[in-house]
Amino acid sequence: MAKMTLEQLRALRDSKKQELDKREVEGKDIQIIVGMGTCGIAAGAKQTFDGIVAALEKHNLAGRTVVRQTGCMGLCYVEPTVEVIAPDMPNVIYGKITGDLAEELVVKHLVEHTLLENHIYDKPAVDIVKK
Amino acid sequence: MAYKNFILVCGGTGCESSRSDEIYRNLIKEAEALGVKQDVQIVKTGCFGFCEKGPIVKVLPSESFYVEVKPEDAHEIIAEQVVKGREVKRLLYQKDKSAATAKLEDIEFYQKQFRIVLRNCGVINPESIDEYIARDGYKALEKALFEMTPEQIIAEIKASGLRGRGGAGFPTGIKWETARKAPGDVKYIVCNADEGDPGAYMDRSTIEGDPHSVLEAMIIAGVAVGANMGYIYIRAEYPLAIERLKIAIAQAKEYGLLGENILGSGFNFDVEIRLGAGAFVCGEETALLQSIEGKRGMPVPKPPFPAIKGLWGKPTVINNVETLANIPVILTKGAAWFASIGTEKSKGTKVFALTGKINNSGLIEVPMGTTLREIIFDIGGGIKGGKKFKGVQTGGPSGGIIVEKDLDTPISYESLTALGSMMGSGGMIVMDEDDCVVDVSKFYMAFCVDESCGKCAPCRIGTKQLYGLLDKISKGKGEEADLDKLEKIGKAMTKASLCMLGGSAANPTLSTLRHFRDEYLEHIRDRKCRAGKCKDLVVYEIDAAKCIGCGLCARRCPVPCITGEKKKPHVIDASKCIKCGECFAACKFGAVIKR
Repeated sequence: MAKMTLEQLRALRDSKKQELDKREVEGKDIQIIVGMGTCGIAAGAKQTFDGIVAALEKHNLAGRTVVRQTGCMGLCYVEPTVEVIAPDMPNVIYGKITGDLAEELVVKHLVEHTLLENHIYDKPAVDIVKK
Repeated sequence: MAYKNFILVCGGTGCESSRSDEIYRNLIKEAEALGVKQDVQIVKTGCFGFCEKGPIVKVLPSESFYVEVKPEDAHEIIAEQVVKGREVKRLLYQKDKSAATAKLEDIEFYQKQFRIVLRNCGVINPESIDEYIARDGYKALEKALFEMTPEQIIAEIKASGLRGRGGAGFPTGIKWETARKAPGDVKYIVCNADEGDPGAYMDRSTIEGDPHSVLEAMIIAGVAVGANMGYIYIRAEYPLAIERLKIAIAQAKEYGLLGENILGSGFNFDVEIRLGAGAFVCGEETALLQSIEGKRGMPVPKPPFPAIKGLWGKPTVINNVETLANIPVILTKGAAWFASIGTEKSKGTKVFALTGKINNSGLIEVPMGTTLREIIFDIGGGIKGGKKFKGVQTGGPSGGIIVEKDLDTPISYESLTALGSMMGSGGMIVMDEDDCVVDVSKFYMAFCVDESCGKCAPCRIGTKQLYGLLDKISKGKGEEADLDKLEKIGKAMTKASLCMLGGSAANPTLSTLRHFRDEYLEHIRDRKCRAGKCKDLVVYEIDAAKCIGCGLCARRCPVPCITGEKKKPHVIDASKCIKCGECFAACKFGAVIKR
């Protein structure tokens, strides 16, 4: 995009906001967000990311899912952390999801619609931008 | 088949010890008994960071948050919530209004944390400017460019009560105002991202998770003080943060949010990155400016302050990463909103890197006025392995240790200074009974010896002398007179050093001396280190009466120096022992003795 004017910035914000609110990006209704700050990467978040992508392919979910990266969620003691946002399931933050657990997470949460036990954590604070 | 409800039972250490496991089993039993097993999945989770009110049970998707749940409550939760779809009101968390958060009552939240600086960390993709914009990004810049005069921006920042988060706590609005009023045609904005304390990673994580918030704030600062150029001084050992900053700068330029004629306003602002080589002293603002100018990073006397005469002699605003990340929120939500959070003199929140002997280490953000006890025992989930809390070091090598009796102090710049520590940039290292105060002081002093730039004598000579004394004490060769020397030299350094590196280098030593003089004396008089950290003072032995000869210690010993026949008492060869403590940790029978 070329340099924007004030109006263009506002229009872009509105359209992107709706996208974020609907949680649908390019018609995909599942989002998997991997915490990839230095801490997450050091704990193996890249392998987790790759593992998730591979598992989604294997279980025919790749077409419905966006896998994104984000910064540090603050839960350093349970890195790597992964947030899963999917229809009909509560939003969940999973911790200690190493590469070898990636497929289990995808199968449990997205195929069987159950939570992956012993790996569930919580957002540490309310979102002040949404409030 | 899909579950209608999910019950999350906290399986954190704190809640486990108050019978959360029994709650979990009862819930499963009740779900089976009431025939709703197929409607609800009951799972154990990690710590919710609210241990004080534990055990915690959360039900999704209704987000019901139950506190102080007892095993007997399981029936009601299943019968009411799962079967009838009604919340169990009596167990719901009722927010008690503490002083720090009283004015936030319009926001219903149970968490102890409150994220302003970290609002986007772990939420957006840091490499996508669109996601930042979608979450009100660059909205504050719009306001600054089109709706406010520079004077109004400065008035707003002043009214918010924001103070520098790099450690010293200087009011940001006054800094901006000084630079605005300072005569000069060219002015600069500098972001201090030279985070160097051992154990601190707040600024790195903020940049890695939300680089645009720093950029936006720098442009706003440029508008406010009349600067058209900004520098981000960041250490080269933060490669990911640098990479994400570069991406952010390129994206902002492409969108016309950086560069010439920003959003058609006629205002120009550009940002460049300057890499530091990782010298701790370059976090000191005058040394940082020297380094940007291409000179050796050494502090120069103040005044003149950088706001009057800074980079290349021009008025310069230097703000730390965390300070800047607050700015966009203050402009979008208003100074009054920001000022309603925190204590009388310390407004807003503070980010801490919580590390050490703590269960839930992590990057946390809490309102000012939160107590250290809440941070360590609620958010942090208490001490690892159920050990005894000894102290918490805030402010890194410039701060001091805070002990048990002071844990209920609400955090503010003034309160931490009064306790002989300081806010610092936000490292928070928790120590337990296995940590030795002499060893910790020695570690920090070694750091300061390495990092002292050598320009002024009090710091260059003082740190070396203090290290020598601490080393002597840790080897059991100290004398009681050394303690007075430590204090005397420490106080001289505090008074006479050119910059705060030397001015605060003695803090860890002086504060541990104040709180743990008896342990120092123990090292000197009894040649004993109760924590077993000072290796020269520890001897490991095997109690022949207790040793069953399992051989586990001998297998763990890396030297090896433990010998013995199977099923007969083993012996440690003290002349070879490196005092690593592996045998002590390995023995299940308490037969290895540490003296």
